Amino acid sequence: MTAFTPAYIEKILPLLWDGMQVTLLLTALSLAGGGALGTLLAVLRLSRRKPVALAAATYVNLFRSLPLILLIFWFYFLVPLIVGHSVGGFYSALTGFILFEAAYFCEIIRSGIQSVRRGQILAGLATGLTYRQTMHAIVLPQALRNMLPVLLTESINLFKSTALVYVVGVRDFLTTAGMVGTRDNTFVGMYVLVALVYFVLCLGASLSVGRLQRRYAL
Amino acid sequence: MRYHWNWVVVVTEPYLGWILTGLMWTVLVAAAAWVIAFSLGSVIGIARTVKSRPVRVVAGSFVEIFRNVPLIVQMFLWYFVLPEVVPRSIGIWLKRDLPHAEFWTAVVCLGIYTACRVAEQVRSGIGAIGKGQTYAGLATGLTPVQVYRHILLPVGYRIIVPALTTEFLSIFKNSSLALTIGVLELTGTTRKISELSAQPMEMFLTATALYGAVTLGVTALMRVVEARSRVPGLIVAETQ
Repeated sequence: MTAFTPAYIEKILPLLWDGMQVTLLLTALSLAGGGALGTLLAVLRLSRRKPVALAAATYVNLFRSLPLILLIFWFYFLVPLIVGHSVGGFYSALTGFILFEAAYFCEIIRSGIQSVRRGQILAGLATGLTYRQTMHAIVLPQALRNMLPVLLTESINLFKSTALVYVVGVRDFLTTAGMVGTRDNTFVGMYVLVALVYFVLCLGASLSVGRLQRRYAL
Repeated sequence: MRYHWNWVVVVTEPYLGWILTGLMWTVLVAAAAWVIAFSLGSVIGIARTVKSRPVRVVAGSFVEIFRNVPLIVQMFLWYFVLPEVVPRSIGIWLKRDLPHAEFWTAVVCLGIYTACRVAEQVRSGIGAIGKGQTYAGLATGLTPVQVYRHILLPVGYRIIVPALTTEFLSIFKNSSLALTIGVLELTGTTRKISELSAQPMEMFLTATALYGAVTLGVTALMRVVEARSRVPGLIVAETQ
Protein backbone atom coordinates (compact mmCIF):
# COMPACT_ATOMS: atom_id res chain seq x y z
CA MET A 1 0.00 0.00 0.00
CA THR A 2 1.41 3.36 -1.06
CA ALA A 3 1.61 5.83 1.80
CA PHE A 4 -0.80 8.71 1.53
CA THR A 5 1.77 11.48 2.02
CA PRO A 6 1.92 15.07 0.76
CA ALA A 7 4.54 13.92 -1.76
CA TYR A 8 2.16 11.27 -3.07
CA ILE A 9 -0.68 13.79 -3.35
CA GLU A 10 1.63 16.13 -5.25
CA LYS A 11 2.47 13.32 -7.64
CA ILE A 12 -1.14 12.48 -8.46
CA LEU A 13 -2.34 16.08 -8.46
CA PRO A 14 -2.10 16.53 -12.27
CA LEU A 15 -4.31 13.47 -12.76
CA LEU A 16 -6.88 14.75 -10.27
CA TRP A 17 -6.83 18.18 -11.92
CA ASP A 18 -7.61 16.53 -15.28
CA GLY A 19 -10.59 14.87 -13.61
CA MET A 20 -11.70 18.11 -11.99
CA GLN A 21 -11.59 19.83 -15.40
CA VAL A 22 -13.97 17.22 -16.77
CA THR A 23 -16.27 17.79 -13.78
CA LEU A 24 -16.16 21.57 -14.26
CA LEU A 25 -16.71 21.33 -18.02
CA LEU A 26 -19.65 18.98 -17.54
CA THR A 27 -21.13 21.34 -14.94
CA ALA A 28 -20.66 24.44 -17.12
CA LEU A 29 -22.09 22.89 -20.28
CA SER A 30 -25.05 21.33 -18.43
CA LEU A 31 -25.68 24.68 -16.79
CA ALA A 32 -25.69 26.55 -20.09
CA GLY A 33 -27.79 23.96 -21.90
CA GLY A 34 -30.13 23.28 -18.99
CA GLY A 35 -30.55 26.99 -18.32
CA ALA A 36 -31.44 27.78 -21.95
CA LEU A 37 -33.83 24.86 -22.32
CA GLY A 38 -35.27 25.54 -18.86
CA THR A 39 -36.02 29.17 -19.76
CA LEU A 40 -37.78 28.03 -22.91
CA LEU A 41 -39.79 25.46 -20.95
CA ALA A 42 -40.78 28.07 -18.36
CA VAL A 43 -42.07 30.39 -21.08
CA LEU A 44 -44.01 27.48 -22.60
CA ARG A 45 -45.42 26.48 -19.21
CA LEU A 46 -46.70 30.00 -18.64
CA SER A 47 -48.23 30.10 -22.11
CA ARG A 48 -51.95 30.88 -22.39
CA ARG A 49 -52.31 28.08 -24.95
CA LYS A 50 -53.40 25.08 -22.88
CA PRO A 51 -51.84 22.26 -24.99
CA VAL A 52 -48.45 24.02 -25.00
CA ALA A 53 -48.50 24.59 -21.25
CA LEU A 54 -49.61 21.01 -20.68
CA ALA A 55 -46.86 19.57 -22.86
CA ALA A 56 -44.20 21.56 -20.99
CA ALA A 57 -45.69 20.54 -17.64
CA THR A 58 -45.68 16.88 -18.65
CA TYR A 59 -42.02 17.11 -19.64
CA VAL A 60 -41.11 18.69 -16.31
CA ASN A 61 -43.09 16.21 -14.23
CA LEU A 62 -41.73 13.21 -16.11
CA PHE A 63 -38.11 14.24 -15.73
CA ARG A 64 -38.55 15.19 -12.10
CA SER A 65 -40.03 11.80 -11.25
CA LEU A 66 -37.01 9.82 -12.51
CA PRO A 67 -33.72 9.09 -10.75
CA LEU A 68 -30.80 10.85 -12.41
CA ILE A 69 -28.85 7.59 -12.62
CA LEU A 70 -31.63 6.00 -14.66
CA LEU A 71 -31.52 8.97 -17.04
CA ILE A 72 -27.76 8.68 -17.37
CA PHE A 73 -28.19 5.01 -18.32
CA TRP A 74 -31.02 5.94 -20.69
CA PHE A 75 -28.93 8.40 -22.63
CA TYR A 76 -25.81 6.30 -22.47
CA PHE A 77 -27.72 3.81 -24.54
CA LEU A 78 -30.08 6.11 -26.47
CA VAL A 79 -27.73 8.82 -27.77
CA PRO A 80 -25.48 6.45 -29.79
CA LEU A 81 -28.61 4.77 -31.14
CA ILE A 82 -30.01 8.08 -32.39
CA VAL A 83 -26.73 9.53 -33.64
CA GLY A 84 -25.81 6.24 -35.29
CA HIS A 85 -22.33 5.90 -33.85
CA SER A 86 -20.64 5.78 -30.46
CA VAL A 87 -20.16 9.22 -28.88
CA GLY A 88 -18.63 8.23 -25.56
CA GLY A 89 -19.92 8.57 -22.04
CA PHE A 90 -19.27 12.29 -21.73
CA TYR A 91 -21.67 13.47 -24.44
CA SER A 92 -24.32 10.93 -23.47
CA ALA A 93 -24.17 12.01 -19.84
CA LEU A 94 -24.14 15.67 -20.88
CA THR A 95 -27.36 15.17 -22.88
CA GLY A 96 -28.97 13.55 -19.86
CA PHE A 97 -27.86 16.35 -17.51
CA ILE A 98 -29.11 19.09 -19.84
CA LEU A 99 -32.55 17.53 -20.25
CA PHE A 100 -32.78 16.73 -16.54
CA GLU A 101 -31.63 20.11 -15.26
CA ALA A 102 -33.91 21.91 -17.72
CA ALA A 103 -36.90 20.51 -15.82
CA TYR A 104 -35.58 21.90 -12.52
CA PHE A 105 -34.52 25.27 -13.96
CA CYS A 106 -37.95 25.57 -15.59
CA GLU A 107 -39.65 25.37 -12.21
CA ILE A 108 -37.27 27.85 -10.60
CA ILE A 109 -37.71 30.38 -13.41
CA ARG A 110 -41.47 29.91 -13.51
CA SER A 111 -41.89 30.46 -9.79
CA GLY A 112 -39.52 33.45 -10.03
CA ILE A 113 -41.73 35.08 -12.65
CA GLN A 114 -44.87 34.20 -10.71
CA SER A 115 -43.37 35.69 -7.54
CA VAL A 116 -43.81 39.16 -9.04
CA ARG A 117 -47.26 40.31 -7.97
CA ARG A 118 -49.91 40.60 -10.62
CA GLY A 119 -50.66 44.18 -9.57
CA GLN A 120 -47.25 45.23 -10.87
CA ILE A 121 -48.02 43.96 -14.36
CA LEU A 122 -51.41 45.67 -14.30
CA ALA A 123 -49.80 48.91 -13.07
CA GLY A 124 -47.22 48.71 -15.84
CA LEU A 125 -49.86 48.20 -18.48
CA ALA A 126 -51.99 50.99 -16.98
CA THR A 127 -49.14 53.50 -17.29
CA GLY A 128 -49.11 52.80 -21.03
CA LEU A 129 -46.21 50.34 -21.32
CA THR A 130 -46.65 47.50 -23.78
CA TYR A 131 -46.73 43.91 -22.47
CA ARG A 132 -43.20 43.38 -23.71
CA GLN A 133 -41.96 46.57 -22.02
CA THR A 134 -43.72 45.60 -18.79
CA MET A 135 -42.03 42.21 -18.80
CA HIS A 136 -38.67 43.69 -19.67
CA ALA A 137 -38.62 46.71 -17.34
CA ILE A 138 -40.75 45.57 -14.40
CA VAL A 139 -41.29 41.84 -14.11
CA LEU A 140 -38.02 40.25 -15.22
CA PRO A 141 -35.61 42.41 -13.16
CA GLN A 142 -37.53 41.57 -10.00
CA ALA A 143 -38.03 37.94 -10.96
CA LEU A 144 -34.32 37.55 -11.62
CA ARG A 145 -33.41 38.98 -8.22
CA ASN A 146 -35.92 36.68 -6.54
CA MET A 147 -34.71 33.55 -8.24
CA LEU A 148 -30.97 34.19 -8.37
CA PRO A 149 -30.13 32.50 -5.02
CA VAL A 150 -32.21 29.45 -5.95
CA LEU A 151 -30.60 29.28 -9.39
CA LEU A 152 -27.14 29.39 -7.83
CA THR A 153 -28.04 26.76 -5.24
CA GLU A 154 -29.33 24.53 -8.03
CA SER A 155 -26.04 25.07 -9.86
CA ILE A 156 -24.15 23.84 -6.79
CA ASN A 157 -26.46 20.81 -6.71
CA LEU A 158 -25.67 20.19 -10.35
CA PHE A 159 -21.94 20.37 -9.63
CA LYS A 160 -22.39 17.67 -6.97
CA SER A 161 -24.67 15.58 -9.20
CA THR A 162 -22.10 15.37 -11.99
CA ALA A 163 -20.18 12.90 -9.79
CA LEU A 164 -22.85 10.38 -10.84
CA VAL A 165 -21.16 9.99 -14.24
CA TYR A 166 -19.04 7.51 -12.30
CA VAL A 167 -21.68 4.90 -13.22
CA VAL A 168 -20.84 5.13 -16.93
CA GLY A 169 -17.10 5.51 -16.41
CA VAL A 170 -16.65 9.14 -17.49
CA ARG A 171 -13.31 10.24 -16.04
CA ASP A 172 -14.50 13.09 -13.85
CA PHE A 173 -12.97 14.01 -10.50
CA LEU A 174 -14.51 11.13 -8.54
CA THR A 175 -13.88 8.46 -11.19
CA THR A 176 -10.26 9.54 -11.62
CA ALA A 177 -9.66 9.53 -7.88
CA GLY A 178 -11.29 6.11 -7.63
CA MET A 179 -9.09 4.74 -10.40
CA VAL A 180 -5.91 6.12 -8.88
CA GLY A 181 -7.00 4.82 -5.47
CA THR A 182 -7.54 1.33 -6.84
CA ARG A 183 -4.26 1.37 -8.79
CA ASP A 184 -2.12 2.45 -5.81
CA ASN A 185 -4.35 0.88 -3.13
CA THR A 186 -4.85 4.29 -1.56
CA PHE A 187 -8.63 4.44 -1.95
CA VAL A 188 -9.25 5.28 1.72
CA GLY A 189 -7.20 8.45 1.45
CA MET A 190 -8.46 9.19 -2.04
CA TYR A 191 -12.15 9.08 -1.15
CA VAL A 192 -11.56 11.20 1.94
CA LEU A 193 -9.66 13.70 -0.21
CA VAL A 194 -12.47 13.76 -2.79
CA ALA A 195 -15.04 14.37 -0.04
CA LEU A 196 -12.92 17.20 1.41
CA VAL A 197 -12.47 18.91 -1.96
CA TYR A 198 -16.19 18.77 -2.73
CA PHE A 199 -17.00 19.93 0.78
CA VAL A 200 -14.71 22.96 0.64
CA LEU A 201 -15.87 23.99 -2.85
CA CYS A 202 -19.60 23.52 -2.17
CA LEU A 203 -19.54 25.08 1.30
CA GLY A 204 -17.61 28.08 -0.04
CA ALA A 205 -20.03 28.47 -2.90
CA SER A 206 -23.14 28.15 -0.74
CA LEU A 207 -21.78 30.65 1.81
CA SER A 208 -21.21 33.13 -1.03
CA VAL A 209 -24.75 32.55 -2.27
CA GLY A 210 -26.04 33.28 1.23
CA ARG A 211 -24.06 36.53 1.37
CA LEU A 212 -25.30 37.52 -2.08
CA GLN A 213 -28.86 36.78 -1.06
CA ARG A 214 -28.66 39.01 2.01
CA ARG A 215 -27.26 41.84 -0.06
CA TYR A 216 -29.62 41.69 -3.03
CA ALA A 217 -32.85 40.45 -1.49
CA LEU A 218 -35.83 42.62 -2.33
CA MET B 1 -32.41 4.38 -35.86
CA ARG B 2 -33.03 0.66 -35.99
CA TYR B 3 -34.21 -1.21 -32.96
CA HIS B 4 -35.69 -4.66 -32.66
CA TRP B 5 -38.55 -4.51 -30.16
CA ASN B 6 -39.30 -7.54 -28.05
CA TRP B 7 -41.61 -6.79 -25.15
CA VAL B 8 -41.95 -10.45 -24.22
CA VAL B 9 -38.57 -10.21 -22.52
CA VAL B 10 -40.09 -8.10 -19.72
CA VAL B 11 -42.50 -10.86 -18.63
CA THR B 12 -40.07 -13.72 -19.23
CA GLU B 13 -38.64 -15.54 -16.23
CA PRO B 14 -36.24 -14.98 -14.59
CA TYR B 15 -36.33 -11.33 -15.72
CA LEU B 16 -39.83 -10.60 -14.43
CA GLY B 17 -38.90 -11.94 -11.01
CA TRP B 18 -35.69 -9.89 -11.01
CA ILE B 19 -37.55 -6.70 -11.86
CA LEU B 20 -40.04 -7.24 -9.04
CA THR B 21 -37.21 -8.05 -6.61
CA GLY B 22 -35.45 -4.89 -7.78
CA LEU B 23 -38.56 -2.85 -7.12
CA MET B 24 -38.80 -4.44 -3.69
CA TRP B 25 -35.23 -3.42 -2.81
CA THR B 26 -35.89 0.11 -4.04
CA VAL B 27 -38.95 0.37 -1.80
CA LEU B 28 -37.12 -1.24 1.15
CA VAL B 29 -34.09 1.07 0.88
CA ALA B 30 -36.30 4.13 0.55
CA ALA B 31 -38.63 3.15 3.40
CA ALA B 32 -35.88 2.18 5.84
CA ALA B 33 -33.85 5.28 4.99
CA TRP B 34 -36.94 7.43 5.47
CA VAL B 35 -37.30 6.15 9.06
CA ILE B 36 -33.78 7.44 9.80
CA ALA B 37 -34.28 10.61 7.76
CA PHE B 38 -37.51 11.57 9.46
CA SER B 39 -36.51 10.80 13.06
CA LEU B 40 -32.92 12.07 12.91
CA GLY B 41 -34.00 15.00 10.73
CA SER B 42 -36.61 16.01 13.29
CA VAL B 43 -34.07 15.92 16.12
CA ILE B 44 -31.52 17.98 14.16
CA GLY B 45 -34.15 20.39 12.88
CA ILE B 46 -35.45 21.03 16.39
CA ALA B 47 -31.89 21.34 17.68
CA ARG B 48 -31.33 24.15 15.19
CA THR B 49 -34.15 26.19 16.74
CA VAL B 50 -33.35 25.86 20.44
CA LYS B 51 -31.99 28.63 22.64
CA SER B 52 -28.60 27.02 23.42
CA ARG B 53 -25.98 28.27 20.97
CA PRO B 54 -23.61 25.23 21.17
CA VAL B 55 -26.48 22.87 20.32
CA ARG B 56 -27.43 25.01 17.33
CA VAL B 57 -23.82 25.15 16.11
CA VAL B 58 -23.35 21.37 16.37
CA ALA B 59 -26.63 20.68 14.55
CA GLY B 60 -25.81 23.31 11.93
CA SER B 61 -22.34 21.85 11.27
CA PHE B 62 -23.83 18.39 10.91
CA VAL B 63 -26.19 19.67 8.24
CA GLU B 64 -23.44 21.53 6.35
CA ILE B 65 -21.12 18.51 6.31
CA PHE B 66 -23.65 16.12 4.83
CA ARG B 67 -25.20 18.67 2.50
CA ASN B 68 -21.99 19.70 0.78
CA VAL B 69 -20.57 16.33 -0.23
CA PRO B 70 -22.10 14.51 -3.23
CA LEU B 71 -24.28 11.59 -2.19
CA ILE B 72 -22.30 9.10 -4.29
CA VAL B 73 -19.09 10.15 -2.50
CA GLN B 74 -20.81 9.67 0.86
CA MET B 75 -21.92 6.22 -0.31
CA PHE B 76 -18.27 5.32 -1.01
CA LEU B 77 -17.12 6.76 2.32
CA TRP B 78 -19.60 4.60 4.24
CA TYR B 79 -18.97 1.49 2.19
CA PHE B 80 -15.23 1.53 1.38
CA VAL B 81 -13.65 3.90 3.89
CA LEU B 82 -15.55 3.38 7.14
CA PRO B 83 -14.59 -0.33 7.60
CA GLU B 84 -10.92 0.65 7.18
CA VAL B 85 -10.83 3.47 9.71
CA VAL B 86 -12.83 1.95 12.57
CA PRO B 87 -11.18 -0.54 15.00
CA ARG B 88 -10.19 -3.73 13.20
CA SER B 89 -12.79 -6.03 14.75
CA ILE B 90 -15.67 -3.72 13.83
CA GLY B 91 -14.23 -3.30 10.33
CA ILE B 92 -14.10 -7.05 9.80
CA TRP B 93 -17.66 -7.39 11.11
CA LEU B 94 -18.85 -4.68 8.70
CA LYS B 95 -17.11 -6.28 5.74
CA ARG B 96 -17.63 -9.96 6.45
CA ASP B 97 -20.33 -10.76 8.99
CA LEU B 98 -23.00 -8.10 8.60
CA PRO B 99 -25.78 -9.68 6.54
CA HIS B 100 -26.86 -7.53 3.55
CA ALA B 101 -24.03 -5.10 4.27
CA GLU B 102 -24.65 -3.13 1.06
CA PHE B 103 -28.30 -2.71 1.91
CA TRP B 104 -27.66 -1.39 5.42
CA THR B 105 -24.86 0.85 4.23
CA ALA B 106 -27.14 2.36 1.61
CA VAL B 107 -29.91 2.82 4.17
CA VAL B 108 -27.67 4.56 6.71
CA CYS B 109 -26.01 6.75 4.06
CA LEU B 110 -29.24 7.80 2.39
CA GLY B 111 -30.99 8.19 5.75
CA ILE B 112 -28.41 10.57 7.19
CA TYR B 113 -28.09 12.54 3.95
CA THR B 114 -31.85 13.06 3.74
CA ALA B 115 -32.06 13.72 7.49
CA CYS B 116 -30.12 16.93 6.89
CA ARG B 117 -32.60 18.04 4.26
CA VAL B 118 -35.55 17.09 6.49
CA ALA B 119 -33.89 19.03 9.31
CA GLU B 120 -33.91 22.18 7.19
CA GLN B 121 -37.60 21.71 6.48
CA VAL B 122 -38.42 21.13 10.16
CA ARG B 123 -36.45 24.23 11.08
CA SER B 124 -38.22 26.35 8.50
CA GLY B 125 -41.59 24.95 9.59
CA ILE B 126 -40.93 25.96 13.19
CA GLY B 127 -39.53 29.30 12.03
CA ALA B 128 -42.67 30.02 10.03
CA ILE B 129 -44.88 29.96 13.11
CA GLY B 130 -43.77 33.27 14.55
CA LYS B 131 -42.37 34.16 17.93
CA GLY B 132 -45.71 35.39 19.27
CA GLN B 133 -47.02 31.87 19.75
CA THR B 134 -43.91 30.83 21.70
CA TYR B 135 -44.22 33.87 23.96
CA ALA B 136 -47.92 33.25 24.43
CA GLY B 137 -47.22 29.63 25.37
CA LEU B 138 -44.50 30.59 27.83
CA ALA B 139 -46.67 33.35 29.30
CA THR B 140 -49.46 30.90 30.04
CA GLY B 141 -46.99 28.89 32.12
CA LEU B 142 -45.92 26.16 29.67
CA THR B 143 -42.34 24.94 29.92
CA PRO B 144 -40.18 25.28 26.76
CA VAL B 145 -40.55 21.52 26.17
CA GLN B 146 -44.33 21.84 26.41
CA VAL B 147 -44.25 24.77 23.96
CA TYR B 148 -42.53 22.51 21.42
CA ARG B 149 -44.73 19.54 22.21
CA HIS B 150 -48.10 21.30 22.08
CA ILE B 151 -47.59 24.36 19.87
CA LEU B 152 -44.51 24.47 17.65
CA LEU B 153 -44.28 20.84 16.50
CA PRO B 154 -47.96 20.13 15.76
CA VAL B 155 -48.25 23.31 13.69
CA GLY B 156 -44.74 23.12 12.23
CA TYR B 157 -45.19 19.61 10.86
CA ARG B 158 -48.52 20.51 9.30
CA ILE B 159 -46.86 23.42 7.51
CA ILE B 160 -44.11 21.27 6.00
CA VAL B 161 -46.19 18.32 4.79
CA PRO B 162 -45.75 19.34 1.09
CA ALA B 163 -41.99 19.80 1.56
CA LEU B 164 -41.72 16.41 3.27
CA THR B 165 -43.52 14.82 0.33
CA THR B 166 -40.82 16.25 -1.94
CA GLU B 167 -38.12 14.88 0.36
CA PHE B 168 -39.72 11.45 0.43
CA LEU B 169 -39.87 11.34 -3.35
CA SER B 170 -36.23 12.39 -3.53
CA ILE B 171 -35.19 9.60 -1.13
CA PHE B 172 -37.11 7.20 -3.37
CA LYS B 173 -35.25 8.42 -6.47
CA ASN B 174 -31.90 8.63 -4.65
CA SER B 175 -32.23 5.01 -3.56
CA SER B 176 -30.98 4.23 -7.07
CA LEU B 177 -27.50 5.27 -5.87
CA ALA B 178 -27.43 2.05 -3.85
CA LEU B 179 -26.50 0.33 -7.11
CA THR B 180 -23.05 1.93 -6.92
CA ILE B 181 -22.22 -0.27 -3.93
CA GLY B 182 -23.90 -3.38 -5.33
CA VAL B 183 -27.53 -3.31 -4.22
CA LEU B 184 -29.55 -4.62 -7.15
CA GLU B 185 -32.46 -2.21 -6.84
CA LEU B 186 -34.75 -1.26 -9.70
CA THR B 187 -32.31 0.81 -11.78
CA GLY B 188 -29.41 -1.60 -11.23
CA THR B 189 -31.58 -4.60 -12.09
CA THR B 190 -32.98 -3.16 -15.31
CA ARG B 191 -29.47 -2.11 -16.31
CA LYS B 192 -28.23 -5.63 -15.69
CA ILE B 193 -31.09 -7.26 -17.61
CA SER B 194 -30.66 -4.82 -20.49
CA GLU B 195 -27.12 -6.12 -20.90
CA LEU B 196 -28.07 -9.78 -20.55
CA SER B 197 -31.10 -9.64 -22.84
CA ALA B 198 -29.84 -6.97 -25.26
CA GLN B 199 -33.24 -5.25 -24.95
CA PRO B 200 -32.36 -2.01 -23.13
CA MET B 201 -35.30 -0.01 -24.52
CA GLU B 202 -37.92 -2.29 -22.95
CA MET B 203 -36.02 -2.49 -19.68
CA PHE B 204 -35.48 1.24 -19.24
CA LEU B 205 -39.07 1.97 -20.27
CA THR B 206 -40.25 -0.51 -17.64
CA ALA B 207 -38.11 1.14 -14.96
CA THR B 208 -39.29 4.60 -16.09
CA ALA B 209 -42.92 3.50 -15.88
CA LEU B 210 -42.45 1.96 -12.43
CA TYR B 211 -40.70 5.05 -11.02
CA GLY B 212 -43.34 7.27 -12.61
CA ALA B 213 -46.17 5.15 -11.21
CA VAL B 214 -44.81 5.23 -7.66
CA THR B 215 -44.21 8.99 -7.89
CA LEU B 216 -47.74 9.60 -9.19
CA GLY B 217 -49.22 7.33 -6.52
CA VAL B 218 -47.35 9.01 -3.67
CA THR B 219 -48.17 12.48 -5.03
CA ALA B 220 -51.89 11.66 -5.30
CA LEU B 221 -51.96 10.18 -1.80
CA MET B 222 -50.09 13.12 -0.29
CA ARG B 223 -52.40 15.62 -1.98
CA VAL B 224 -55.22 14.20 0.15
CA VAL B 225 -53.04 14.31 3.27
CA GLU B 226 -51.96 17.87 2.45
CA ALA B 227 -55.55 19.00 2.01
CA ARG B 228 -56.48 17.57 5.42
CA SER B 229 -53.42 18.76 7.29
CA ARG B 230 -53.29 22.30 5.90
CA VAL B 231 -53.29 24.96 8.59
CA PRO B 232 -56.23 27.26 7.78
CA GLY B 233 -55.20 30.79 6.88
CA LEU B 234 -51.50 30.04 6.72
CA ILE B 235 -49.72 30.17 3.39
CA VAL B 236 -46.07 29.29 3.51
CA ALA B 237 -43.84 29.03 0.49
CA GLU B 238 -42.06 25.73 0.14
CA THR B 239 -38.36 26.03 0.83
CA GLN B 240 -36.32 23.92 -1.44
